[in-house]
Amino acid sequence: MSSTAYFDVDGTLVGTNLLHPTVYFLANQASVFKSARRLGQALLGGPMMAVAELRDRRLFNELLFSNFRGMTEDRMHVLSSEAYEKTVAPRIFPGTRDLILKCKDAGMRIVLITGSLDFTIRPLAEELGVSQSDIITNRLEFKDGYATGKLMRPVVAGPTKARLMVADSKKHGHDLQDCHGYSDSYSDVPMLSVVGHPHCINPDNKLRRLAKAYDWPILDIETPSRVDIVRA
Amino acid sequence: MAKTPHPCVVTIDHRSKPRALFSGTRVKEYNLPVGSRVMYPKAPMTPLNDVKAAVRYAINHPLGSEPLYAMLRPGMKVTIAVDDLSMPLPPMRRPDVRQHQAEVVLELLRDYGITDIHFIIATAFHRPMTEDEIRHQLGDAIVNEFYPERCYNHDAEKPDGLTYLGTTAQGIDVEINRRAAESDLVVYCNLTFVPMNGGHKSMGTGLVGYRTLKKHHNPATIRASKTYMVPEDSALSDKMVEVGKLIEDKLQVFHIESTVNNRMFDRPLEFLGKNEDELSTNEARGLKALIRSLEWLPQPARQAIFEKVPAPYGVIGVWAGACEPVHEACLEKCYEQLLVPIHGQADIGIFPVPYISPYNVHSYLNPLLVSVMAEGYLFNLYKGDPIVKKGGTAIVLHPCSDIFDRDQHAAYTEFFHKLLPRTRDAKELHKKYEHEYSRHPGYIQMYRSGQAYHPAHPFYMWYWGENGRQHYGRVIVVGADNEYVPGILGYETAPTMEEALRMAREEHGSDPAITCFRIAPMLMADVTVDEPAESSVRVEEKES
Repeated sequence: MSSTAYFDVDGTLVGTNLLHPTVYFLANQASVFKSARRLGQALLGGPMMAVAELRDRRLFNELLFSNFRGMTEDRMHVLSSEAYEKTVAPRIFPGTRDLILKCKDAGMRIVLITGSLDFTIRPLAEELGVSQSDIITNRLEFKDGYATGKLMRPVVAGPTKARLMVADSKKHGHDLQDCHGYSDSYSDVPMLSVVGHPHCINPDNKLRRLAKAYDWPILDIETPSRVDIVRA
Repeated sequence: MAKTPHPCVVTIDHRSKPRALFSGTRVKEYNLPVGSRVMYPKAPMTPLNDVKAAVRYAINHPLGSEPLYAMLRPGMKVTIAVDDLSMPLPPMRRPDVRQHQAEVVLELLRDYGITDIHFIIATAFHRPMTEDEIRHQLGDAIVNEFYPERCYNHDAEKPDGLTYLGTTAQGIDVEINRRAAESDLVVYCNLTFVPMNGGHKSMGTGLVGYRTLKKHHNPATIRASKTYMVPEDSALSDKMVEVGKLIEDKLQVFHIESTVNNRMFDRPLEFLGKNEDELSTNEARGLKALIRSLEWLPQPARQAIFEKVPAPYGVIGVWAGACEPVHEACLEKCYEQLLVPIHGQADIGIFPVPYISPYNVHSYLNPLLVSVMAEGYLFNLYKGDPIVKKGGTAIVLHPCSDIFDRDQHAAYTEFFHKLLPRTRDAKELHKKYEHEYSRHPGYIQMYRSGQAYHPAHPFYMWYWGENGRQHYGRVIVVGADNEYVPGILGYETAPTMEEALRMAREEHGSDPAITCFRIAPMLMADVTVDEPAESSVRVEEKES
């Protein structure tokens, strides 16, 4: 393998965002009362998270995942496959598998690089045939089996993604100029800027404008391809 | 040069008016030197009155095969393959001749109780056609009934979408669309606009995948071709025949071919095909008005003027049956319409590049396609010998704006701005970059689910100009709005025709032979020389 394809996940390969699995976890606590309390707390923090999302993606991630504070590691692992089945799997874009397959056919190593948590991404990686060692995700800090609500460093978001990709490609002896990057979000411009072949998938308006200015390919994997129509 | 010139070849004298020549979406007037020869298209041939009747006659009186009805049996699986909208240029007024062909075939299939019918647009690596474009080509009735489940574009990248049929004696692996391969009968509906269309190319290119395409779409094959508009002078055609014969050995294919006259412009713009000295007063006024309007209108509006009006092409012949006799008959008619005889080659050729090519229907003619036109299509539109002598100068008229359609030509942009500045050597591009780019997952996704050409296509386009590139000594662009685009293509620029001719005279002396190839409408040069020219010997080159 002479190059790597780096994929953002939420909004790029699946029609979810960080909120979908998070809400699932919060809503599925041991009792209805606990679930309501956690969801209520998360809602109260909503405005602050909205501001953080606009200013700094890393801060948003930290605020969002702080809602997990006090949850047991066991419960989170048990819920992760359920959360995947209920929230992520149905939202995998129709063209995701084909795109991953084409990357593999082209001899590329596939890396999922995302702000989501490791245990929510692992089932997706398995589904897409991506090695578990090739996922770069956020990780929750646990102490005595309980989540502290803090993220372990480095927090995977924005410019940090680019830094992690540089380190990853170096580790595998790949020239980033030969590597491909895929994302849907303007916050991922740093990760798209460091690869030789950046791509936008279903981009937001800001990223779309930038992609047009720099002639970055814009892909649509959300609409079923003509082949899938026939298959159906 | 003593022979009487054909009426379509006009020699410029002191009384001649300026020539109105295309330069992209503009038409500009140029004063050509006295003694220059201008080749005009022939007048459009009289079209058939009843195309459907001609199709019915053709399929009931086939060439080299039994009639279509004799091949049918109830319950069989039939695929109707259709050329894409890349021909004719611009798209013809509805109903398209392929709609007539498809409707007649469909009616017959139904009479025989055949219901398992699919329509496949034989796009190969071209962009997929939109629903509207398919509707334009096949008509409302077929699209309403069959699209999208049973009427769709060929997808050369569909996982398990191709079936391996075998390997030819020369080592070409032939993989073809699975549905076509699994059909009991394939009926191919074609429109041959120029002589390189049709024949074995229909199945051998339109419905295959990269494994097959790469064996004939490569620099060695193009270099070994003298002109790809004459099958016997084309190594490309030889390979298509090889592939096509293997396909015909394995599958039952019934070919319907047709050709059209060259009536590209309807009445308000008909004067564009005429000799400027012979225009009526009204036509001359119309021409002036058009030139002035195009001068101040913005690019999209200029493009729209030409694109919004479908061409009133008339069908001049339909043939059906076995591939080779059908194609032979079709080519004969096609040559009859297009060939303009001219004696003697030129030192300097003047080639107006219009706004359209087979690869930019409903989009802009980007710089790479300008080179395809200049050194590919326009160079190859000859029979006998090239219009310009070996080492001669081509003067090309086009603004060469750095504009690419992001949806259709995404891979072209990268090819043009990233690879061409590294090398213009087609063999090096082929060897070093083609494989990697042809597997580019992002561009393949755009080809499969969007409206983009396949990432291998810009490479093919560069190869397409290879024999022109090897033949010309210099290419000078007149009217370019920048210098770097022609520079990337390896062309020089001149601000005016006078300056371009002065530059060319540096090479060819003070009294060079000048020929202006006044396209569009479509024409083709039938060039004869007193002695065979150096380049008339077909070069056989071993494939790298």
